[in-house]
Amino acid sequence: MHTEEARRLPAPLAYGALLALIAAAATLAISSGAYPVTLQDLARMISGGVPNDATAQFVLWEVRLPRLLLGLLTGAALAVSGALLQGLFRNPLADPGLIGVSSGAALAAVAVIVLGGSGLAGWTALTGRWALPLAAFIGGTLTTLLAWRIAHRQGQTNVALLLLAGIAINAIAVAGTGLLTYHADDNALRSLTFWTMGSLAHAQWQDVWLAGPWMLATLVIAPLLARPLDAFLLGEPVAGHLGYSTAWVKRSAILLVALGVGAAVAVTGLIGFVGLVVPHLLRQLFGAGHRILLPACALGGGALLVLADCLARVIVAPAELPIGLVTALLGGPFFLALLMRNRFS
Amino acid sequence: MTSFAHAQPPEHGNPRQKSSLLDVDSLDLWLGNRQILESVSLSLAKGELVALLGPNGAGKSTLIRTLAGELPAPARRIHVDGRALEQWSRAELARHRAVMPQKVDLQFPMTVQEVVALGRPRENAAQRQRIIRALLTRLDIAHLETRLVPTLSGGEQQRVQLARVLAQVWGRPDPRLLLLDECTSALDPAHQQQVFQQLCQLAREGFGLLVAVHDLNLAAQYADRLILMKDGKVFADGLPASVLTVPNLRDVYGLHSRVELLPEGYPLVIPQTPMRSDSAYLTRHELPQEGLTDETPHSIV
Repeated sequence: MHTEEARRLPAPLAYGALLALIAAAATLAISSGAYPVTLQDLARMISGGVPNDATAQFVLWEVRLPRLLLGLLTGAALAVSGALLQGLFRNPLADPGLIGVSSGAALAAVAVIVLGGSGLAGWTALTGRWALPLAAFIGGTLTTLLAWRIAHRQGQTNVALLLLAGIAINAIAVAGTGLLTYHADDNALRSLTFWTMGSLAHAQWQDVWLAGPWMLATLVIAPLLARPLDAFLLGEPVAGHLGYSTAWVKRSAILLVALGVGAAVAVTGLIGFVGLVVPHLLRQLFGAGHRILLPACALGGGALLVLADCLARVIVAPAELPIGLVTALLGGPFFLALLMRNRFS
Repeated sequence: MTSFAHAQPPEHGNPRQKSSLLDVDSLDLWLGNRQILESVSLSLAKGELVALLGPNGAGKSTLIRTLAGELPAPARRIHVDGRALEQWSRAELARHRAVMPQKVDLQFPMTVQEVVALGRPRENAAQRQRIIRALLTRLDIAHLETRLVPTLSGGEQQRVQLARVLAQVWGRPDPRLLLLDECTSALDPAHQQQVFQQLCQLAREGFGLLVAVHDLNLAAQYADRLILMKDGKVFADGLPASVLTVPNLRDVYGLHSRVELLPEGYPLVIPQTPMRSDSAYLTRHELPQEGLTDETPHSIV
C-alpha cells in the first residue's frame, strides 16, 4: 500500500466513459416504460420527421423527456453540491443534507402538503400549483441561511460550527416534519411519504423550467470555485495564505448548494446518497482536484440518478418505487463496501 | 545581545528601517480575555534566517499566525517591506509571502505534485513541472512525485508541505518572506540538516525566513539570529551565542544545561541531568539503598 503510485484514469478516458454512461442511461430511460417507444420512433422525432404514432410522441415529449432532463439535472446538482460541501468541510463524508437544506425544504413541503387546505390555505391560494416547490425551495434556502448565520461570527464563518448548527437544525426540522404527519389525513400521508422518499414520477416541463435554471446555475458556477476549493482541502488557513478570500469561497459554495439542492428537493423530494456517494466514488477515479472532479460529478450524478429512476420504474412494475428508496438501497450497501475496502486495505 | 522585552526594547535597529523585510512594533494580541502576545517587537532583514525559540505555549505559533494574517492584529503594528500588513492585497501578499502552518492534515487523495502545484499561478504546464521537479529534488522527495500525500510518512508529508510553500514564492520578484512553523519537527536528523541547509541557501538568495523551531542546536547551527520567547513576550533577541546562555535557558525553559562554544562559532546546548548536589536528585536516587539486602547485586542501583 505504501509504495503504491496514485492510480487514476486519464481524464479524457474517464469523461468519455461517463458520457457513454449518460447516453446509455438516457436511451434506457427514453425507451423503457409501460408504453413501448422504439429507438426508431426516437430517431424519427429527433430528426423532425412526422411521427407515425401520436401516442408515442406524447409519451416521449410530455412524459419521458422532462423526466429524463429533470433526472439528469437533479442528479448533477446533488452530486456537485456534495462535492462542494465535502471540499469545503474537508470531509469526504459530508452530504448536501448536512447544512440543513434538505430537511428545511422537506419541512416546508410537508407543511404545504398537510396544511395546504387549512393553515396554509393563503399560501396555496397565492401560489397555486407552485405552492409545494416554492415552499420547499424557500424552506431549504432559509434553513441554510439560518445555519450559516449561527456559524458566522465577526466576519468569519466557523465551518465546524456550521456543521453542528446544520445537525441541530436538521433534528428540529425532522421533528417538525414528524409532528406534522400526526395532522395528516390518509391522502396527505401518502403524498407526504412519497415526497420524503423522492420521486421523478410526476416530472413535467414546468418542473424543468422552475427548478432547472437554479440547478444549472449551480453546475455552471461551481467549477469557478475549483482552484480555491483545492486549497481548502489543506485547510482554511492554507487557502488564505495562498491568497484566496476564504470568506468569499465559503459564502459562494454555501449559496450554490442552497440554490441547487433547494431547487432539486423542491421538484423531486428528498433523494439521498447521490450527493454523498458520487463525489466520493469519482474522487477515487479522477483524483481530488476540483477542476476535473466537479464536471465529472455533474455527469456521474446525472447518469446515476437516471439509471436509478429506470430501476424504480421496473422493479415493481406497473407500480413505481420512490427513487430515494432505490438510491438508498443501492447507495447504502455500496458505500459500506467502499468503507470496508478502505479500512482493510 | 540579550534583552528583556518588558525592560528594554530589542536592540536591532529602527523598526521602520528601509532594508527591513518584516517589522513588528510592540504587537499585543488578545484572544478573548487572554493576552497571548505582549509588546512583541522584532525585525527581519532580507537575506536573514531568524529562528523563533521558546517553550510550548510561549506564543511562537500565535505570532506566526498573526504575521500570516490569520489572527486579527491591531492596525499598523506589522509591516512587510515597509508597508503595513493591512495595506497589502491578499493576492499581492501571496506572491511575496508564504506560510507553513505547524500541522496540515490532508485526507483527500491528492498527489505530491498536485499539492505542490497549489501555490503556482496559472502558467505554462512545462514550466510548472520544471519548478516542481526542482523543488522536490532540493527536498529529497523527487521519487514521491506521483504518490498520494495521505499515504506518505509524517516526515515526507512535512517536506511536501515545505515544497508547496516554496513553490508559492518561487521565481517571484523580491521581497520574499517565509514564515515557517516547525517545518522540520517530523524529520530525521539528516533531513533536518538538509532542509536547514536549503533554508540557508534561500536566505543567501535574498529570502527572509522566520522559522519557529524547538531544536536549539539546529537553530544555533543555522540561524543568523535567534528570538527567544517566553509567556508571549520576546525574552531575548540576538546572535546564537548571546541568546543560548545557561541563565537564559534556565529562566525560559527551566532547563539545566551546559553550553559550549564550538570552533565553528556557534554554541552547542547540552541538556544536563540536575547535579548530584541537588537534594531532590539525591533523595530520589539513594532511597532504594535503604532496603537492600546482601543478596541484592549492587549493580541494580
